[in-house]
Amino acid sequence: MDALEALVSRAREAVAGAADAAALEAVRVHYLGRKGEVTALLKDLGGLPAAERPAAGQAINRARDAVVAAIEARRAAIDQAALDQALAAERIDVTLPGRGERAGGQHPVSRSLERIEAIFRGAGFAVHEGPEIEDDFHNFTALNIPANHPARAMHDTFYVPDGRLLRTHTSPVQIRAMMREGVPIRLIAPGRVYRCDSDMTHTPMFHQVEGLVVDRNVSFAHLKAVLHDFVERFFERRATLRFRPSYFPFTEPSAEVDVLAESGRWLEILGCGMVHPEVLRTAGVDPEEYTGYAFGMGVERLTMLRYGVDDLRLFFENDLQFLRQFS
Amino acid sequence: MKLPLSWLADWNDGNLDPGVIAQRLTMLGLEVEAATPVGAAVTPLVAGRVLEVRPHPNADRLSLCRVDVGGGEPVGIVCGARNVRAGGMYPVALPGATLPGGLAIKAARIRGEPSAGMLCSGRELGIDDGADGLLGLDAGIAPGADASALLGLGDTVLDVNVTPNRADCLSVLGLARELAAAGIGRAREPGGTGIRAAHAVVFPVTVQATGDCPRFIGRVIRGIDPQARSPLWLRERLRRAGIRSIGAAVDVTNYVLVELGQPMHAYDLAQLRDGIEVRRARAREPVALLDGRAVEADPEVLVIADGSGAIGLAGIMGGAGTAVGEGTQDLFLECAWFAPDAIAGRARRFGLHTDASVRFERGVDPSLQQAAIERATQLILDIAGGEAGPLIDAGDAAALPVRQPVHLRRQRLARVLGLAIPDGEVTRILGDLRMAPVAGADGWMVTPPPARFDIEREEDLIEEVVRIHGYDRVPETRGGATARPAAAGEAAAPLTTVAATLIARGYQEAITYSFIPAERDALFGAVGCAGLALSNPISADLAVMRQSLWPGLAAAVAGNLNRQQTRVRLFEIGTRFVPAADSTHREERCVAGVAAGSRWPEQWGGSAKPVDFYDVKADVEALLARAGALAATIFEPAVHPALHPGRAARVSVDGQAAGWLGELHPALAARLGMPVMVLFELQADVVSAHGAGAYRAASVFPSVRRDLAVVVAREVPAATLLAVVREAAPAILRDAFVFDIYTGPQVGSDEKSVAIGLILQDTSRTLTDDDASAALDAARAALGHRLQARIRQ
Repeated sequence: MDALEALVSRAREAVAGAADAAALEAVRVHYLGRKGEVTALLKDLGGLPAAERPAAGQAINRARDAVVAAIEARRAAIDQAALDQALAAERIDVTLPGRGERAGGQHPVSRSLERIEAIFRGAGFAVHEGPEIEDDFHNFTALNIPANHPARAMHDTFYVPDGRLLRTHTSPVQIRAMMREGVPIRLIAPGRVYRCDSDMTHTPMFHQVEGLVVDRNVSFAHLKAVLHDFVERFFERRATLRFRPSYFPFTEPSAEVDVLAESGRWLEILGCGMVHPEVLRTAGVDPEEYTGYAFGMGVERLTMLRYGVDDLRLFFENDLQFLRQFS
Repeated sequence: MKLPLSWLADWNDGNLDPGVIAQRLTMLGLEVEAATPVGAAVTPLVAGRVLEVRPHPNADRLSLCRVDVGGGEPVGIVCGARNVRAGGMYPVALPGATLPGGLAIKAARIRGEPSAGMLCSGRELGIDDGADGLLGLDAGIAPGADASALLGLGDTVLDVNVTPNRADCLSVLGLARELAAAGIGRAREPGGTGIRAAHAVVFPVTVQATGDCPRFIGRVIRGIDPQARSPLWLRERLRRAGIRSIGAAVDVTNYVLVELGQPMHAYDLAQLRDGIEVRRARAREPVALLDGRAVEADPEVLVIADGSGAIGLAGIMGGAGTAVGEGTQDLFLECAWFAPDAIAGRARRFGLHTDASVRFERGVDPSLQQAAIERATQLILDIAGGEAGPLIDAGDAAALPVRQPVHLRRQRLARVLGLAIPDGEVTRILGDLRMAPVAGADGWMVTPPPARFDIEREEDLIEEVVRIHGYDRVPETRGGATARPAAAGEAAAPLTTVAATLIARGYQEAITYSFIPAERDALFGAVGCAGLALSNPISADLAVMRQSLWPGLAAAVAGNLNRQQTRVRLFEIGTRFVPAADSTHREERCVAGVAAGSRWPEQWGGSAKPVDFYDVKADVEALLARAGALAATIFEPAVHPALHPGRAARVSVDGQAAGWLGELHPALAARLGMPVMVLFELQADVVSAHGAGAYRAASVFPSVRRDLAVVVAREVPAATLLAVVREAAPAILRDAFVFDIYTGPQVGSDEKSVAIGLILQDTSRTLTDDDASAALDAARAALGHRLQARIRQ
């Protein structure tokens, strides 16, 4: 038995010393092959007395199993080492940037428009659009701003030769929508508007979102709630609002809405009011049966407040260094 | 309107704390845009009369003054001002006073001489009176009088934004009344006793246009002192109100305008011929205006005329020839009421915007003229002497507007506001607004005061009531509308999804102006069809409504390259204004994009090749594919003036023109100093459509691929090859595509070899080799027959 143990011990040593799969195979052949040492012992069993054979056979089989197990373990280790080496050779620098195109970005004014539309859609408002070149009737007269009305001076208007004009607000969309669809109605009208004015705080083109709700028993109290909800959703914070009396020819009572900034100052953010009875009448709606509210907001102004942009003109310079800040 | 609070205090006896007043006015709808302190209160500051001026023994530029500062002995004061003179009256800061600049006044020796105070200039007191040297006080003041009060130091000027409906608030009086209605103090009413005529001279006034001018009150004042200067207090008030002092008579008319809101005009009587006439102008009637301009009026315009013709635009501006000047001794004062309809819009025609026109076109209180002319007369007599004549009253008082009663219904008030205000509160508010409410069964009958042109209907009263009651007391109520949700069809995807596609493909959204320079419009393809030009552009760069989004985008690319960007990809979604056949125009919503610089951002593992047609075409195809329109799209070579003639494609969808894609024409690029760029412009409705999404069962049988290489003339478009293959192949052809193109020595110099892959599949069985070979043969035959293609082995 000592000889058998010595054999297993030698075999284990040889297995441990096999550096690769070929050396290991040579070791296997040496011990377990057709002419191997263990195989030879098994062949010699026949020479033993019958009484000793079972015990000797068992001992040889155990020794063979031990050698097989050692070889399998070694083979697994060698395979793993080879795989590890191959994987190590395939290592890449994962800190390098990805290949191909980089994403672009949305213009901050579009982003605000999209958010404003989403907030009002959620409140059941439909989105309406209208022409940017308007006629005097829809831009002024139907909004209770007759010729020579002093409020026309507040709208520095661009005209085209046939007497039409670039809309000074998106309010004409209200008129078109009411005339086309009648009431009740609940809409917002986003879009480009134009005023003949250009300085630090004015650009000749900007964006507005107009809102209109007409129904039976719509009140100033409803208007206050809608706008308060909007401002809190848009700025994503609790907001203190101030409704301050103002004047627009197409609403009465009219208000400017200020929001209390963290600095403690009031910032004007939009204008609103109850739709003027003349406007409803012109659009074919009986102001005794229906009341309504309307509001209008400057998208650039809201965007400036939201992102802390301090110069309106940046929105139209299309400088990538500016635009990419909003991606 | 600039409102000095010291002036307001003459007309409202309330507590006029600047912060409180600014807040209240703002919440009444009269937004205070700025509150500017004027001068700081300096005490002790007294009026001092200089009795004697001697040179300072130790300093050339200083003088020693003996000054009577009231009571007791005169004091010695060292003074450095050049304009100090004996007999002069100046503000004196006494020891203990601190000037606005921080200088503390002490009794001290200056260069060895005692000085017990300081003679002050306007600037040192924080008043910019536009003059150098000591501030001269009026000689009639008693020495020792409180000069701080005399000068109105410690005043605040509020800049009040008066909305167009509130002409009644374009005066100190109007704002005093408004505050009184809101519970601050009581407003003093204008009036006082009439001035007794000192002579009987009148000047004839004839009003022809009595509808336009129902009231014209005039007066002759004879023998004023032409040298008389307005006193400091009056000049200072005008200055604070934003009006320059000109001369006593003109200053007084301006003073009354600011104080009462009544525009007036003073004429040099000696320059007036025959008599005043108020009438519509004749056609092309010349008027020489006060500002030196000569204009032509027409019958739409009301003028003041005399025997020589029109001498002023009524209610807007007086004339040059009859204006009060330095030698004027006899005045004719005009105090009229012009109907808003006769003035509105007229000033703007002449490029004018005057204090008078602004008030008349919005409505001046028609009950104010007599009080105003009496006030002005008294001030002129006080300042410049002279003798007042009797009032001349022309016009037709019956044509003056009369405010009609307006019915306010309790139930309507509550319905519009969403708030029931108690009857007693409504009555009190209307009463405080001087609207004489009379309660009835369902509400109130209300008669607005004459100055309130803006109160004509029930809504006007609802606004008045809630304005005074407080907008902040209206609750917030949710709900209240029953409108149905809008139906947006599935086929119309919002343009934001188009934007998202482009953004994912590396484009940054831009917003460019809708108006562009006319020559850019022409260069970018609008040759021969004039764009829509603005009648009143703000500049030549913003003059014509764009017919394409390209000029703006190309300019934005150039701007960014100038700012050291090397690679720019921009897109814009916006309207273009396309001339239509009937000389009007169409507004077309477009999606346009531009790419310049390298194909990819500079990176470690990518191509640094410049962007080309096919890069951008992939972006266009992505948009069309997203919209389900790619299969119906044709790109065909075509000529566009802004594009490279060999690298331009017209895009059509379902046979309808949908847009363009191509490389900027090198000649145009050179002319504009712009780099190579690839542009596209597509109609928004084409790319914002949505695929219908019809279901077709996928085949369970395997597909087979066969490839085919043909040699054809170089100019044969790939689309034509594929179209021939598709047409010729049997129904089992699922897809055909070009996967390689070869030009070079293996083929003729005017030839190319094109490799086409065919995917074949049937829905009912597995295809055999024979099926595939038959399809391939059909394709080969058609290519050979139709396009003279050779099969390449």
